[in-house]
Amino acid sequence: MKDRSLFIRHSVNFGIKVISSLSAVLTLFMLGWILYVVASRGLGAFHLDFFLKLPTPPGVPGGGIANAIIGTALITLLATLIGVPVGILAGIYLAEYGLDSRASNAVRFLANILMGTPSIIIGVFVYTILVMRMGNFSGYAGAIALGIIILPVVARTTEDMLRLVPNSMRESALALGAPRWKVILGIVFRSAKAGLVTGVLLAIARVSGETAPLLFTALNSPYWVKSLNEPVANLTVTIFNYAMSPYADWKEKAWGASLLIMFGVLVVSILARWFFREKRV
Amino acid sequence: MNNSYLKPGSIIVTREKLSPDRDALQVKVKVKNLSFFYGTQQALFDNNLEIFENCVTAIIGPSGCGKSTHIRVYNRIYEMYRGHLATGEVWMDGQNILDPGQDLIQLRKKVGMIFQKPTPFPLSVFENVAYGLRLHYRMSQGELSERVEEALKQAALWDEVKDKLDESGLALSGGQQQRLCIARAIAIKPELLLMDEPTSAIDPVATAKIEELVDTLKKNYTIVIVTHNMQQAARISDFTVFFYEGRIIEFGETQQIFTNPREKQTEDYITGRFG
Repeated sequence: MKDRSLFIRHSVNFGIKVISSLSAVLTLFMLGWILYVVASRGLGAFHLDFFLKLPTPPGVPGGGIANAIIGTALITLLATLIGVPVGILAGIYLAEYGLDSRASNAVRFLANILMGTPSIIIGVFVYTILVMRMGNFSGYAGAIALGIIILPVVARTTEDMLRLVPNSMRESALALGAPRWKVILGIVFRSAKAGLVTGVLLAIARVSGETAPLLFTALNSPYWVKSLNEPVANLTVTIFNYAMSPYADWKEKAWGASLLIMFGVLVVSILARWFFREKRV
Repeated sequence: MNNSYLKPGSIIVTREKLSPDRDALQVKVKVKNLSFFYGTQQALFDNNLEIFENCVTAIIGPSGCGKSTHIRVYNRIYEMYRGHLATGEVWMDGQNILDPGQDLIQLRKKVGMIFQKPTPFPLSVFENVAYGLRLHYRMSQGELSERVEEALKQAALWDEVKDKLDESGLALSGGQQQRLCIARAIAIKPELLLMDEPTSAIDPVATAKIEELVDTLKKNYTIVIVTHNMQQAARISDFTVFFYEGRIIEFGETQQIFTNPREKQTEDYITGRFG
């Protein structure tokens, strides 16, 4: 028997450390690069009008994307109201009632597939069953498409977070004579609060950047949002349209809108992290 | 203390012999032919046992012998899990606990439980103790405060927490958390208190406090305590049950079990020859 060479073992260790560190730096670098490019080109668009005014035709100075900001906010809010409650209830089913039953394994599997479904397919789906039947693009259709995307994400994070709550907590509450629903809402939810809020925030962050499903549903509009039953202006489709246009001022507004979305997602993500850290006991 | 009968490594029993009063004792729980299954695996085999009122009954035995499984039948908490099944009869106050018609909320109001690890809810100290009270009673805020205070005093925790009733129960030390759980359980005045290794996760000083507490609580409650610690069983219990591989090997007064066990297996276990 011979000792293994210490030199080789240390070298391999060092090599792996260097490679993984470089990969980590590369990841950060890509994010930094994207942020830098978007910020350097988009900041120029940030005037007061940009946030307060309607779009202008190409070449006409001034104007903004206020209608798209409001539209995105409304669609995302409605999508949250559709997707989050159903998602949380489905998560409760998976973690508290279904557990490893056949039905819940099926639900979990399907939720995973839904989560992996390209968002454009969900857009086309809603287009077929809603937009085509109703005969017009609408904010409602957009919200439903985004709600469908939120649903599995929230369901799975809810399940994971509820499963992190030790069973002894449930047993203690049940042992005091609490009915199951009170244990879930009063004790388990409270224990998992930070994780649940984080999951919801991350789901919202995820859909706020979706473009494809909105192209087929909410479409876009150069006007203020009067009703969600008609095409509704929104940031991502605006970016898509403006960035494809040949006009320099529109292109600048597309960068500005991109920066705005990135900023929004960043804020939501930081909020989510902060929540998870603050309240975790 | 007469310990001339003790062999090296055996246990000092500090309790008085109960025999003269034994006939006066009331049976609180009567277990008949209790068997328990985790799916297809049988964990308890034909357990027969009597738990006496206002006494402390300790359940001892090596890990995995079914001690916890046994007491988890008394409040049917095992039903939370799929595939767990108990057969036989457990009689308490003229009712068979295992009767499918048994109301679980009623049962659990009468049978409190303390777990191995302290499990304070993520609520304030006050709300932790008030949790069970709010579940079962409608009462004024004043009445509620009184009952919470009473429970905390009974659990010997009042003096330590009276100035921080609004702070999170999670902010207390491990030993305090466990006494908080005891206060929470006794606030609803159960008749039977199950303790599943209540001191295994806390330090010796806190353990001593909880042992003292058990001694005072038995005036009002019937207590069944599962413990890994034979000294603890000897210190605090009136009766001791020895479990081995899901069977009750021996049941008797604690003094008799520790000084003059009838069964060879019991003697081997308490003298540290196995387990």
